[in-house]
Formats: sequence, structure tokens, C-alpha cells
Amino acid sequence: MAQIAFQNVSYRRGGKEIVKNLSAEFAPGDFVSIVGPSGSGKSTFLRLCCHLISPTGGKILFHGKDMLRENPIEIRKKIRYCFQEPVLWGNTVEDNVAFPYRIRNRKADREKIVSLLSRFHMDESCLTHDVKSLSGGEKQRIALVRTLLFEPEVLLLDEATSALDADNAELVEKEIYRLNQKGVTVLWVTHNDAQSRKYANRLLTIENGQIQSREELK
Amino acid sequence: MNGAKISDASLLLASSLVVVSLLFSYFQKLRLEKETLVSVIRAVVQLFAVGYVLQWVFGLRSPAVTTLILLLMIFNAAFNAAKRGKGVRNGILISYLSILTGTGATLSVLVLSGAIRYEANQIIPIGGMIISNAMVAIGLCYRQLAGNFKSRRTEVEIKLSLGADLLPASRDILRDSIRTGMIPTIDSTKTLGIVSLPGMMTGLILAGTSPLMAIRYQILVTFMMLSTTAISSFLACFLAYRNFFNGRKQLDDGTSG
Ligand SMILES: Nc1ncnc2c1ncn2[C@@H]1O[C@H](COP(=O)(O)OP(=O)(O)OP(=O)(O)O)[C@@H](O)[C@H]1O
Ligand SMILES: [Mg+2]
Repeated sequence: MAQIAFQNVSYRRGGKEIVKNLSAEFAPGDFVSIVGPSGSGKSTFLRLCCHLISPTGGKILFHGKDMLRENPIEIRKKIRYCFQEPVLWGNTVEDNVAFPYRIRNRKADREKIVSLLSRFHMDESCLTHDVKSLSGGEKQRIALVRTLLFEPEVLLLDEATSALDADNAELVEKEIYRLNQKGVTVLWVTHNDAQSRKYANRLLTIENGQIQSREELK
Repeated sequence: MNGAKISDASLLLASSLVVVSLLFSYFQKLRLEKETLVSVIRAVVQLFAVGYVLQWVFGLRSPAVTTLILLLMIFNAAFNAAKRGKGVRNGILISYLSILTGTGATLSVLVLSGAIRYEANQIIPIGGMIISNAMVAIGLCYRQLAGNFKSRRTEVEIKLSLGADLLPASRDILRDSIRTGMIPTIDSTKTLGIVSLPGMMTGLILAGTSPLMAIRYQILVTFMMLSTTAISSFLACFLAYRNFFNGRKQLDDGTSG
């Protein structure tokens, strides 16, 4: 059974059909790259996946069950979306990485946080940094750490390396691939052609809210 | 009491002051003559009406009527505050409950502690002051809440996408909105007596109360305003924030689809 299945999904907003009659299936462990021109509906597609918005037509199934009937919070804990804009909040980096623990009523696991930061070439000292003083690339990596502190079943990435230099982008790619090898399904929206083919087993091209082409890789 | 006795004759003479303003407007071509006249007449009629009603109510010495008037004042305030919260469903009900609780709690403490008596001539003016203060405060809260949910939309959605429930996803916004509601009251508390003598104190002094007694009343009212705005702002924000989400715990999209 597919982990996530889109069945003729449409999403209409303000008189405009942003996603049109889209069908697709994703299996556990898939690594899917999603490409397409700006404004084609890629982010909207990811937002639909994690129940941040609901289809205005068709159905999305998660493990065969209509997502609309599931608890949205549980869905989002399993299907985790890392936004295109790495917005940070509060004063310090720590406020951000502590958030996933806070909503689970748990004490922040400092060891885990530091080890994850180091995987993205950052260290403990950055925890006290003012969020306003961070560079775009640092923000993006903090946002990734924030998303990954609790391992999801499905990871949705929206141009997760757009603000990173080549070295850091590769670091992130490897880390995501490592997660994928552990069984995490990855749907990754990217504008980078090389990146889209590096680790993925499938490549979807979205245009005008529809899947224009599907390509099996490897 | 020896102060504050104004005869009808002196009031009429004082009305010549309005003529000054009218002449000024006329010769300077401000075109404010009509508006000035209308507003002055309105003010006089309204105040006389209120004066007679209050006179009558004070004479009744009926706690039930006093309570009824208090509730009407709260309804009126709730109605006005709700106008500020256009995006808030059940705005009037939420405002009503918030102001009622804030005012009720505060007045209870003061009546039970013996600071004031539950009599129309004390409860109605004091109630009026704190109710209107609470009204302004929650109006500000609603505006800030709506503005925040709009401008910090991505932040809220990221929090939701991390698996947060509505309250943790909104907490920072709630905090900020409650602060916004309370800050004017706190600010005016800081400058009390330095920048301005509050209207009530001025009135008491004019009516012959000693300044030392007048400030006691002012201090009391200040405490009341602080606690009422705190309670009302807190309640209004906590009752209203869920309105910005739909039943699927999604941030409602501003546009209609
Ligand atoms: N809430 C909304 N209301 C109205 N229109 C919207 C809304 N969200 C998205 N859109 C429109 O839907 C279209 C698709 O948006 P989306 O963000 O999904 O594109 P995208 O493929 O992610 O683009 P990019 O590569 O630039 O990130 C755009 O034309 C956008 O303006
Ligand atoms: Mg996008």
C-alpha cells in the first residue's frame, strides 16, 4: 500500500485552481525530487501533503486512510514539512530548537541538539546567538535542525539548500540521504537540476498544478 | 460639600464661550460652525439626560437596577470592542464575557474589601471608567491579534507543521497581543499626576474633596484599571485566537476560495 496517495486532488483558492486533478503515489523509503517553474504549485503540493491545507477536490490517503479523518497534529508529526522560508522566532537559536521538545512536553535534549547541529557544521555556541544576526544559510540550517530533531516518517523539503554554498548544500544532501537510507521517505522540491538527480529514485515535474512528467531514476 | 455649585445663569453665560469658537470658525473660514453647534447641543442634551437618569437611579437605591445598568454598560462596551475584531467570530460574546469577568472580579474585590460600597453612586461611575478602559484594551488586542496572524502567518504555519497544537502555535502572538492591550494603561499609570491630573481627580477636587482623599480614589481606580485590563485582555485573546484557525487546525486563508 502506498504511504501517501493523491487521488485526483485539486486545490482552488480565490477563484484560481492551483493544483489540478493531481494523482500520485509514494511508497515508504521513496526519494522523490520535484521540479517545476516558479508558481507551478510545488509548495502548495507539499502543504497538501502535511495537512496544512486540504484539497478542495479529490482525496489524499495516508496509509490508505483519508487524511481528512485523521488528527492533523499526528499527521504533521509524521509528515514533516520544512518551509521554503526559514523563519525563526523568539530571541535565540535555542528558542527555536527547543520548540519541538516544548510541544511534546519534554525537556530539551541538549546532546541530541548539539549532535544534530554539528552534522550541519554548527556548534553549541550558536545556541545563544541572536536569530536576527544569522545569515540566510545559517537560518536555513537551523530550520532543518528544528525540523529533524524528532525523526519523521516522511520528510517534505522545500528548496532546503537555496541559501547554502556548495559545501553546505552537499552536507545537507548527504544528511537527507542518510535519513532516507534509514527508511524516511523524502519529497524534495528543488530548482537545482544536478541536485534533483543525485539521490532521488524518481523525478516529478510539476507545471500549472499538474504532473507534467514522471521519470524513474537509477 | 462646599464646591461645585453652578447655577443655570452662570452656565448660560459660560455658553458665550461657544460663540467665541463659532466666530473664530466663521472669520477663519474653517467651516466648522454647523458641526460645532450640533456637537455642543448634542453634548448638552446627552449630559442632561444622563444627569437625570443617574439622579433617578441613585435615588432608587436598588442594587438590582445598579447591576442592570452595569450589565448594559458592559454590553455597549462589548459591542464597540467587537467592531475592532472584524475577523473574530462571536466577537460580541467574547468581548462581553471578557469585560464582564474583568469588571466583575475587580469590583468584587473592592466591594468585599470595603474599599467601595455596592451603591449606584459609587459603582456606576467607577464601573464606567474601568469598563471603557477594558473596552479600549480588548479593541487593541483584537487589532494586534488579527495583524499578527496575518503578518506572522508563516511562523504560525511552521509551528503547526512541527506538530504543535493551536495554543503552542499561537502563544507568542497571544503574549504580544495581550501586552499591546495592556500597555496604554500601564503607560498612563506611569505618568499619573505628572503629565495630567486625571479627570476623576480633577472632578473630586472641584467638588470640594481634599486632594489627599482625591488621590486615594485615583489610586484605587488605577489599581482597578490595571487588573481589569489584564483580566479582560487575557480572556479576550484566549477566547478569540481559535477563530483564526479552521476545524482542521489549519490557519484560515484570508482569501475566500
Ligand atoms: N493562499 C493563496 N491564495 C492565492 N493564491 C495562492 C495561495 N498560495 C499560493 N497561491 C498561488 O498559487 C500558485 C502556486 O504557488 P506555489 O507557492 O505552490 O508555487 P511554487 O511552485 O512553490 O513556486 P516557487 O518555485 O516560486 O516556490 C502561485 O501562483 C501562487 O501565487
Ligand atoms: Mg514554492
